[in-house]
Amino acid sequence: MTTSVTTFDEETDSPFALSHLDSLESEAVHIFREVAGEFERPVILFSGGKDSIVMLHLALKAFAPAAIPFALLHVDTGHNFPEVIEYRDRTVEKYGLRLHVASVQDYIDRGVLKERPDGTRNPLQTVPLTEAIQQHRFDAVFGGGRRDEEKARAKERVFSLRDEFSQWDPRRQRPELWQLYNGRHAPGEHVRVFPLSNWTELDVWQYIEREGIELPQIYFAHEREVFSRNGMWLTAGEWGGPKDTEPVEKRMIRYRTVGDMSCTGAVDSDATTLQAVIAEITASRLTERGATRADDKLSEAAMEDRKREGYF
Amino acid sequence: MSTTTEQLSATTLLRFATAGSVDDGKSTLVGRLLHDSKSVLVDQLEAVEAASLSRGQEAPDLALLTDGLRAEREQGITIDVAYRYFATPRRRFILADTPGHVQYTRNMVTGASTAELAVVLVDARNGVVEQTRRHAAVAALLRVPHVVLAVNKMDLVEYAEPVFAKIAEEFTTYASELGVPEITAIPISALDGDNVVEPSANMDWYGGPTVLEHLETVPVSHDLTACHARFPVQYVIRPQTAEHPDYRGYAGQIAAGAFRVGEQVTVLPSGRTSTITAIDALGESVDIAWAPQSVTIRLADDIDISRGDLIAPVGDAPATTRDVEATVCHVADQPLVVGQRVLLKHTTRTVKAIVKDIPSRLTLDDLSQHPAPGQLVANDIGRVVVRTAEPLALDTYADSRRTGSFLLIDPADGTTLAAGMAGEAFASAKAPVVRGDEDGWDF
Repeated sequence: MTTSVTTFDEETDSPFALSHLDSLESEAVHIFREVAGEFERPVILFSGGKDSIVMLHLALKAFAPAAIPFALLHVDTGHNFPEVIEYRDRTVEKYGLRLHVASVQDYIDRGVLKERPDGTRNPLQTVPLTEAIQQHRFDAVFGGGRRDEEKARAKERVFSLRDEFSQWDPRRQRPELWQLYNGRHAPGEHVRVFPLSNWTELDVWQYIEREGIELPQIYFAHEREVFSRNGMWLTAGEWGGPKDTEPVEKRMIRYRTVGDMSCTGAVDSDATTLQAVIAEITASRLTERGATRADDKLSEAAMEDRKREGYF
Repeated sequence: MSTTTEQLSATTLLRFATAGSVDDGKSTLVGRLLHDSKSVLVDQLEAVEAASLSRGQEAPDLALLTDGLRAEREQGITIDVAYRYFATPRRRFILADTPGHVQYTRNMVTGASTAELAVVLVDARNGVVEQTRRHAAVAALLRVPHVVLAVNKMDLVEYAEPVFAKIAEEFTTYASELGVPEITAIPISALDGDNVVEPSANMDWYGGPTVLEHLETVPVSHDLTACHARFPVQYVIRPQTAEHPDYRGYAGQIAAGAFRVGEQVTVLPSGRTSTITAIDALGESVDIAWAPQSVTIRLADDIDISRGDLIAPVGDAPATTRDVEATVCHVADQPLVVGQRVLLKHTTRTVKAIVKDIPSRLTLDDLSQHPAPGQLVANDIGRVVVRTAEPLALDTYADSRRTGSFLLIDPADGTTLAAGMAGEAFASAKAPVVRGDEDGWDF
């Protein structure tokens, strides 16, 4: 906590005012502890992306000096950045965590899921995710979704009830008042929990800086072979890119989000440090999804549709 | 840290709510706050422009920024609370943007429940109308500490000071009587941006702050040592490891006031007492902590404490009770009836309860009371008497929003039925008018 070193506007803020990062941190920790107190089998979705890394950090703080009373679940698209998988495995070992992996590749190999013509595997994650939740009987599933990311997410609750098919019905959400979260659910149903609901991309980065949290290197500017598709820089890889007509070039880039390689775009950047990344985001005129996610460009309601079907 | 980062990290957070309809220019005001504080980014604006064009609208409809669901865009209305985020160098803001119509009272109540400030919009041509009184009543009922009256469309009344002064006086009188502690009236034109972010060149007679200036400077905290300190226990932390064989800490978020190491405390409902030996504030050991910090408290004595218990200072603990009298806002589509068995969720404790009586229903537009309605339906505000199976350490909502509030939940399907506030509805001396129920109430 840095309450003691922050400098407030003395005219308007009493010594009891918290900084915005302390407020957001306290709220997220409260959410983690509510779930620990009320659910039997919670799990944290962990992709190795910055939001899930911040979630894990908050969970570690919430229960210290005890261990986190939850396991981790990674829905592995098979199109991973090697740096991210390496980070994931190192983190699991460092904190002695339990990791479950639901593999999209397994479902494709078994013929349960079919590869899409565009090679994108993000939409394919819903079935492995739902089946992993059913198989392990998880009753609370922490996701790193933020309301500032996307307009359908802006209407999402902190505690979001899902049926046995993981479906989200935006018209039947429970009103959420004060800090009273209603986690009642029937057998087979589960609750998606979003501790970072009120955080923005900039908050996440400022918190990473304040807490000195380590991130996978792909979040910082580096030289990489990329090609252009739909106005985004994609990494060349086994997943099916580039096509013959798509020339590959070496550029200084970094990733603002980490997802499936086939639809996560990089941005031109020379930000090699956290401070430089924060300065870049502060000045950016594009949202992180607008800049980097092909799957959200499909339609005005692309995210709402995926969420209804059980997506993160 | 760079200077920029340091400045940004040191900002405080203000949660506020807006209530109003498209007709009052609420979407325009919200759009302007987001746009002029540069919180709308290029791709969002392009998406809104494209969507507006495809609907045959010439100018970008900023309501499309917040109306995120397909049903809302198709019907052109805000249904659900939309949370928006923006920042200035001085503050981070969380805006709960809520619809203003009577059939969405529950959404307004939801948005106001966590707000420290509420913006009520009126059209300068119409002045204080029924809807304005309802919005003032919601803010008063939910004990929102600061209310801003934004008198919009001043351009349509030739920026006339007397028009503004009359509306401001009427509203201030009404809201003060309801017990709203602080009211700030600001004449604006959201369409042209007058007094929203930049001061108006058309209203020299107004010397107060713009809407954004006020949002940036309104106090977000006060002297918490003067409040009743309350700590609901969420979770007991017991590592039982070689490194921490005997650690036993009570984790929770301080709901009100401040706690100090060395302080004598009572644990409710058991009534046992002990002394705080340590406060762990997420990795840092501190001597004092205050609301709304999440901390872990350790006590001198090994007494039986679990989730749902409340820690409070020895000399200032709330009485425990099984009889709750409260005002509720009914938020579910299914009704609440006398005799209904429910679950009552209060802080970290959920207990069985029964609705003993619904003495009255309240119309927020004119504060009239309708005795013995028998049931409450969606968006109704009413008084209830509830008997709980176990004692609750309940404050009045007027004393503590966090420990004076509760939910009523349907035990069968888990639906949140009603949001409750213990104690009297309003801080005012102005007693609601009692009148017989009649036809035509559209709650």
